[in-house]
Amino acid sequence: MEAIEQEIIDDFALFDTWEDKYQYIIELGQKLPVFNPEFKTDDYRIKGCQSSVWLDASYSDGRIVFYADSDSTFVKGEIALLMKVLSGRTPQEILDAKLEFIDSIGLRQHMAVTRANGLNAMVKQMKAYALAHSAN
Amino acid sequence: MNAFDPGRIRADFPILSERPYGKPLIYFDNAASSQKPKSVIDAITEYYSHSNANIHRGVHYLSQKASEAYDAVRVALKDFLNAPSEDEIVFVRGTTEAVNLVAATFGRTHVQAGDEVLISAMEHHSNIVPWQMLCEEKGAKLRVIPIDDHGQLRLDQVDNLITERTRIVSLVHVSNSLGTINPVKEVIRLAHAKGVPVFVDGAQSTAHFQVDVQDLDADFFAFSGHKILGPTGIGVLYGKRALLESMPPYQGGGEMIRSVSFERTTYNDIPLRFEAGTPNIAGVIALGEALRYWESIDRDTAVQWENTLLAHATVALQGISGVQLIGTAAEKASVLSFVIDEVNALDAGMYLDTKGIAVRTGHHCTEPVMHRFGIPGTIRASFMFYNTLEEIDEFVNHLHGAIRLLRPLNA
Repeated sequence: MEAIEQEIIDDFALFDTWEDKYQYIIELGQKLPVFNPEFKTDDYRIKGCQSSVWLDASYSDGRIVFYADSDSTFVKGEIALLMKVLSGRTPQEILDAKLEFIDSIGLRQHMAVTRANGLNAMVKQMKAYALAHSAN
Repeated sequence: MNAFDPGRIRADFPILSERPYGKPLIYFDNAASSQKPKSVIDAITEYYSHSNANIHRGVHYLSQKASEAYDAVRVALKDFLNAPSEDEIVFVRGTTEAVNLVAATFGRTHVQAGDEVLISAMEHHSNIVPWQMLCEEKGAKLRVIPIDDHGQLRLDQVDNLITERTRIVSLVHVSNSLGTINPVKEVIRLAHAKGVPVFVDGAQSTAHFQVDVQDLDADFFAFSGHKILGPTGIGVLYGKRALLESMPPYQGGGEMIRSVSFERTTYNDIPLRFEAGTPNIAGVIALGEALRYWESIDRDTAVQWENTLLAHATVALQGISGVQLIGTAAEKASVLSFVIDEVNALDAGMYLDTKGIAVRTGHHCTEPVMHRFGIPGTIRASFMFYNTLEEIDEFVNHLHGAIRLLRPLNA
């Protein structure tokens, strides 16, 4: 998992400007796999985000796979980054993840507090799924 | 040709030379907060360097100097609003505190179970929630004047909505999310015909045109200093003398009392009755400097220039396919709210940020307005007299770029 985080940090090191980072995150968001619209309901909606974010997860063979969507392409890009690191992991790995890459790539500095809270809410929800399955 | 010279004016505002991400700042978030001229910034340093002391009780040189400067601003504000007396000018933290003050004092004593408070569908949350809290506490009803598809007040419905149970009408002068200038004078006339007082939320109007509270015949009028070139944390509540005198204090503490014993406290006269604790002295004095700045510019020309900016931007945005303006009232002030087909407002706002352009995205603390138009939020560009036509052209160019990047390819 650290290797993937390091890969993301290295990718972002190639960008000098906020403009370039923004464009890259938008590209990631545009490539995020399509989310089943049936799950775009309040049950799957994460509270605390300025934009609508829906998150679902499946659990098999001891691993959790996440599915997510947002009305914001930028937020989808952020989700894509989180999924790169957390999706397909064991519940314990997800619970232990420190996600230091978020700070290393300088994502938080471009967010108002309300948006940073949205990112935290997403991480929290992903960890909540992991916690629910960690007893299994 | 317009005689107004924003180039000269801009030199008075140091922050306009900032270069976010190495690009020239284009500041179009003036409805959230205006920038400050150097004279206002200097007044704060000047106060703390040469006059700082607590006011009204010190017998010493500094306290007297600070008290004099502080009291002079109340008089200047009386002139700014054309209020009859400086006793009717209450210092508050901002418009939000002014609404809360009136709801908690006038509201608590006048609104009872079964009564009604009337607001409009385009109020800022600050002019909804305090009244809602009051209504919940008292078992009263919050009623709402609807708006039309252009974001204009349904003036034809106002008379019917003011009933024998209406205790106060609270109405925004200029909508922060739509730009609509409301016919407050007419609403006040209708309300007064039934003996109902009117609170006017002037947070967005005072920065854009001259307000005369006597001409409006407003019972209460409030605005925030930071939206009219002054500092944050200081605002003004104007109230008619008879109303203010009939109201109980808002908060207890220093300044608001006449005498205190453990058996009984008697309260000070207006306006100090409503100003508990050491006030924001530096803020008041810097606000006074902002008023001096307003006097130094030709306000009529500034208003004309802002209208020119708004008209230029409106035409430019109407020319972009997929852009829909939200708020197309006949009478508007300096606010351009819009949505773009298939482009998320937050994504577009962040794109513009990467280009050094400051706009606001979201619901602008007016969620009911967004529900009315069936949208989650808008992109809002709001102008001030120091903005230029070139900035608008640059903004429109980058908006094209945002759309190119963000609109799905298969659309």
